[in-house]
Amino acid sequence: MTRFVVRRLFGMAVVLFAVSVIVFVVFMVLPQQNPAQSLAGKNATPLLVENIEEEWGFDRSLPAQYATMMKKVFTGGLVQYEPRIAVDDEIVKRMPATFSLTIGAAVIWLFFGLLLGYLSAIRAGGWLDRILTGVSIAGISIPVFLLAPVMIFIFANQLEMFPNGQYVPFGEDPFEWANHLILPWVTLAILAIGFYSRVLRSNMLDVMNEDYVRTARAKGLSERRVMTRHVLRNSLIPVITLFGLDFGATIAGTAIITEAIYDINGVGLYAAEAVEKFELPPIMGVTLYGAFFVVLMNALVDIFYAYLDPRVRLGESATE
Amino acid sequence: MSPGPLLSVQDLRVAFATEEGRLQAVDGVSFDLSPGEVVAIVGESGSGKSVTAQTLIGLTRTRNSRIEGSVRLGDEELLTAGDAAMRRLRGDRIGMVFQDPMTSFNPVYRLGDQIVEAIRAHRPDVSKAQGRARAAELFDAVGIPDAERRVDDYPHEFSGGMRQRAMIAMALALEPEVLIADEPTTALDVTIQAQILRLLEQLNRERNLATLLITHDLGVVAEVADRVLVMYAGKVVEQGTLDEVFYDPQHPYTWGLLGSLTRIDRPRPRRLPQIAGQPPSLLDLPQGCPFRPRCPHEFSKCTRYPALEARLPEAPGHCDRCWLTPEEKRSKRQVEGQIGLEAPR
Repeated sequence: MTRFVVRRLFGMAVVLFAVSVIVFVVFMVLPQQNPAQSLAGKNATPLLVENIEEEWGFDRSLPAQYATMMKKVFTGGLVQYEPRIAVDDEIVKRMPATFSLTIGAAVIWLFFGLLLGYLSAIRAGGWLDRILTGVSIAGISIPVFLLAPVMIFIFANQLEMFPNGQYVPFGEDPFEWANHLILPWVTLAILAIGFYSRVLRSNMLDVMNEDYVRTARAKGLSERRVMTRHVLRNSLIPVITLFGLDFGATIAGTAIITEAIYDINGVGLYAAEAVEKFELPPIMGVTLYGAFFVVLMNALVDIFYAYLDPRVRLGESATE
Repeated sequence: MSPGPLLSVQDLRVAFATEEGRLQAVDGVSFDLSPGEVVAIVGESGSGKSVTAQTLIGLTRTRNSRIEGSVRLGDEELLTAGDAAMRRLRGDRIGMVFQDPMTSFNPVYRLGDQIVEAIRAHRPDVSKAQGRARAAELFDAVGIPDAERRVDDYPHEFSGGMRQRAMIAMALALEPEVLIADEPTTALDVTIQAQILRLLEQLNRERNLATLLITHDLGVVAEVADRVLVMYAGKVVEQGTLDEVFYDPQHPYTWGLLGSLTRIDRPRPRRLPQIAGQPPSLLDLPQGCPFRPRCPHEFSKCTRYPALEARLPEAPGHCDRCWLTPEEKRSKRQVEGQIGLEAPR
């Protein structure tokens, strides 16, 4: 198991290296515009552009330029120039908001996604299943940019049940923290709830036909135990994979729209603002940050997968 | 005086409502099973043998099934028993072994844990450690070497034959009175098949089990069975003791099955004989005898289906469903496949 983890973490480093090279090529090499001009921002003085050109070494070879960029990324040298703000400080400062949003949403979507999927599966074909199917498909079909304004309009403006977005740090006031996040959480979770309940339902219906489920019944286990310990347990394995990837992707990107609409001062909003003003350093920083979480979640999923399914662990000795 | 059968099945009928119509999978099966006895049900795929076995432990109870007749275990009627009563009985009084040991264990749990789960489902007061010790004991009893260590293995760490031994160990965990083995050797190599049959035979003897063996393989039947039921299209077409059915088969379908066996004591034919055609669809059975379209001896009477009854005065327990007279049967089957020529033993 240790060897499996080590190998997986090494693989993660390789992927991150590849991602950083792609980021370098996309932002520094491919554009026609002078990269120093892009880094400096729209209203930069020629002097600033010249300074940046020298600082980043754009007259040197591409590998040297890449090395300079990576050195800046790791040492906090990736900065916005007007006003001068270190990108990594800004990302770290805004991470609590993004994590509050995504982790809360993930807990909600996982809980309700699994609950509804489970109920749907054990009542497959019945009226409850039909209703849940309809609800899920509605949830999957509504885009966030539509759902979020509608929720704000109904629950914040009309009913005045919840505040109209914005973020209150947990340390300041835990109740207000949750109160402000409820609408964004639900917005972000609804799509995933629909999707996860459908995936779990279909997995469970497949597993129910497995021979070992018949064996479990033949042993005289209660129906509930057959469903939870055998059907649900084995159906969760693919769902966990999906969850890891989706959670990484939500941190890295999906949260951008939600943060922008609810005015949550997180990394996503930072990215949205940067794109709007065409500020290259934050866009690069956020891209690398997003890639890091997607790759990290991927690795964690693989490791957890090995824990859930002993046959995956077998692969470690088989490949030696 | 014998205490009477332990398991008694009377006129069991199982039908399923399907989109194409009502499907009578089992149609009037009756047999008795006593402790220490092995009864085999033989038939092709779709003959209703597995449905019969699964109905005995209530696994065919679904919204679209209709089950009639009577299944008695001791004094208890099982077909009308509640789901909870049925659940308590499964695994405890009736153990079941399935066809494919590769897929019949849950791949994510240790084998020992799966056995402990079976034990604790019926005896909640047994601790996990006690259950594990019992699992190791059972592994030893079914001939799994290094049992103490191997109960902690996962299913994928076992070979097919060993897994089937583990499956049998699990079925025996609570000392059931009845063991149902549904094609227990079909998925195994021939050499392993023989070992598993030896094991079943030995357990049957040592533990005085009442064993119901479901198979399509007459070779398996010949090894272990005391009595045989031959099923075709949901009905029993012939039943009797092993010797009666093997040495004096009455139904042309049985002749076909026996004729298609390779035999070590006969010169090998250029090609093994086979039964022409396919079993009929249960949704569209021919009128009269369902074997009629494939039977080379069909005649006018066959458009009606004869009852399952004894037609030989010397063998009152040997029943079949064929209109031919015993004399006709003896002469016709000699020509057909040279079956049943030798005297018993």
